[in-house]
Amino acid sequence: MNKIPNRQIICDTLVEFGKDDQDIMVLTSDSRGSASMGNFAKELPEQLIEVGIAEQNLVGIAAGLAASGKKTFVASPACFLSMRSIEQIKVDVAYSQTNVKLIGISGGLSYGALGMSHHSLQDIAVMRAIPGIDIILPADRFETKLVIKALLTNKGAAYVRIGRNAVADIYESDSYDFQIGKAITLSEGNDLTIIATGEMVKVAVDTAAELKTIGIACRVLNMHTIKPLDEGAIIKAAKETGKIITIEEHSIFGGLGSAVAEVVVQNHPVPVRILGIPDEPAIPGKSQEVLAYYGLCTDNVKKIALQLLK
Amino acid sequence: MVTIEDLKAKATQIRKDVIEMVYRAKTGHTGSSLSNTDILTTLYYSILNVDPENPDLENRDRFILSKGHAVESYYAILGDKGFFPKEELKTFSEFGSRLIGHPNNKVPGVEMNTGALGHGLSISVGMALAAKKNQGSYRVFTLMGDGEQAEGSIWEAAMSAAHYKLDNLVAIIDRNKLQISGTTDFVMELEPLEDKWKAFGWEVIAVDGHDIEKMQQIFAAAPITKGKPTLVMAYTTKGKGVCYMENVPHWHHGVPTVEEYEQALEELCDKGGGQP
Repeated sequence: MNKIPNRQIICDTLVEFGKDDQDIMVLTSDSRGSASMGNFAKELPEQLIEVGIAEQNLVGIAAGLAASGKKTFVASPACFLSMRSIEQIKVDVAYSQTNVKLIGISGGLSYGALGMSHHSLQDIAVMRAIPGIDIILPADRFETKLVIKALLTNKGAAYVRIGRNAVADIYESDSYDFQIGKAITLSEGNDLTIIATGEMVKVAVDTAAELKTIGIACRVLNMHTIKPLDEGAIIKAAKETGKIITIEEHSIFGGLGSAVAEVVVQNHPVPVRILGIPDEPAIPGKSQEVLAYYGLCTDNVKKIALQLLK
Repeated sequence: MVTIEDLKAKATQIRKDVIEMVYRAKTGHTGSSLSNTDILTTLYYSILNVDPENPDLENRDRFILSKGHAVESYYAILGDKGFFPKEELKTFSEFGSRLIGHPNNKVPGVEMNTGALGHGLSISVGMALAAKKNQGSYRVFTLMGDGEQAEGSIWEAAMSAAHYKLDNLVAIIDRNKLQISGTTDFVMELEPLEDKWKAFGWEVIAVDGHDIEKMQQIFAAAPITKGKPTLVMAYTTKGKGVCYMENVPHWHHGVPTVEEYEQALEELCDKGGGQP
């Protein structure tokens, strides 16, 4: 089992490229530890800006740096970054089109036991409604590296959400074709499709493997980019498999499931089941316990799949 | 060399342009734009190193209009300086015009989109930090409103500017003591405002925000203290230059009738703003 969390990979990648490019800058809000940016601060102290616990200022400063030619990466807990700074994200980043990459760390239910103040289960919904910002949730450490490398070469605004703990590998290496906005088919099949994002991709892959043992061919789409959304892959899945399940570590409102449903109903209506966190303050507990409680686990997704296939 | 008299005449002409724009568009922040006209005129015609032919020059001075609603005088100046054809001012607030009611960076010369209050200082801190990192010699100026001082994000930014010793940053407060609902002390007590900025680690200088000569001296001299950001408290009169608008909260967002429009132009022409 992989022991390296995605946040560590982000730090390592930014250190690797930051050594040769002084325009790469990291901004933290007393979050260098939780973002695993300690090594960046040590290796490239002149390229790290600490703003203290002040998330509005964090994003505003990043936008000002970006408007002056810097490639800024803002690393702060997703729960605060996506809410406390949302107007700066809307105006200073998305509307002004500054080269700011927002890294929401400890996303979703990572801080499960800390309660709703520390859960980020609305971030995708909020970001999706703002024009001019990409939304990306990598599935594992290899994909995380590819996301950061891709972001280093584009000039647009982006929000990347990752979890706190190390997650199981989906890929064997980072040598595969990754493109922002292009879904990846991890498992072929025409009986139904599971579309997942971020760390829920693992649940989708495991569910498909179980379904395979009982003769069900389940397509799995890794929808790492929620915006711009790969509508073509969704429409194709609707047409070819006729049934879709979405899985996300996010509210059932406004996230991946909503995005998929918007495409499906307007292009090729088929039954869709949206799995996520219901409209309530999520029950506190370790993230895996909470995810299981809400059915974001292989057993339940398999059950839903079988119901859908009846 | 531009003289103080030239600058005064220019400010009067800009005020006329503001009245024309608001009257034509039937919308605008008239009082706010007249309040900051002398500050912006001083900056754009005698201080800022900016080139309308090359608006993206790397070492240009940066200006951020944090009180983005006071945009008419800003557009009038950018148009007058040739960042875009001055004729375009006639499209202010029209459907499809790039000269919308708050600054946006589709307009040449405008650095960032503002309008949501309390953002400009953080952006300016970022720009000043970038200048320090790049050993750039440019300075960053931002103009805030006094009502805007109630925004908490300003104080986050103020703290960080002092922390990073950004002596290449000059923040100006257009201290006209009025906001949309009335006086600033009625809406939210701000005083002692100069002391608050001093306590946040800034070098604070007070000036009459309509005294172009004094402002020019201060802006040219900044930073006053090495290692400290400069806060210029510019005491102003909202609606300055049009007697019936001065110090009347209604003119924050008021639009003149035809009679008021003619009276305003007449008064400004008498002050040397040319023919009506």
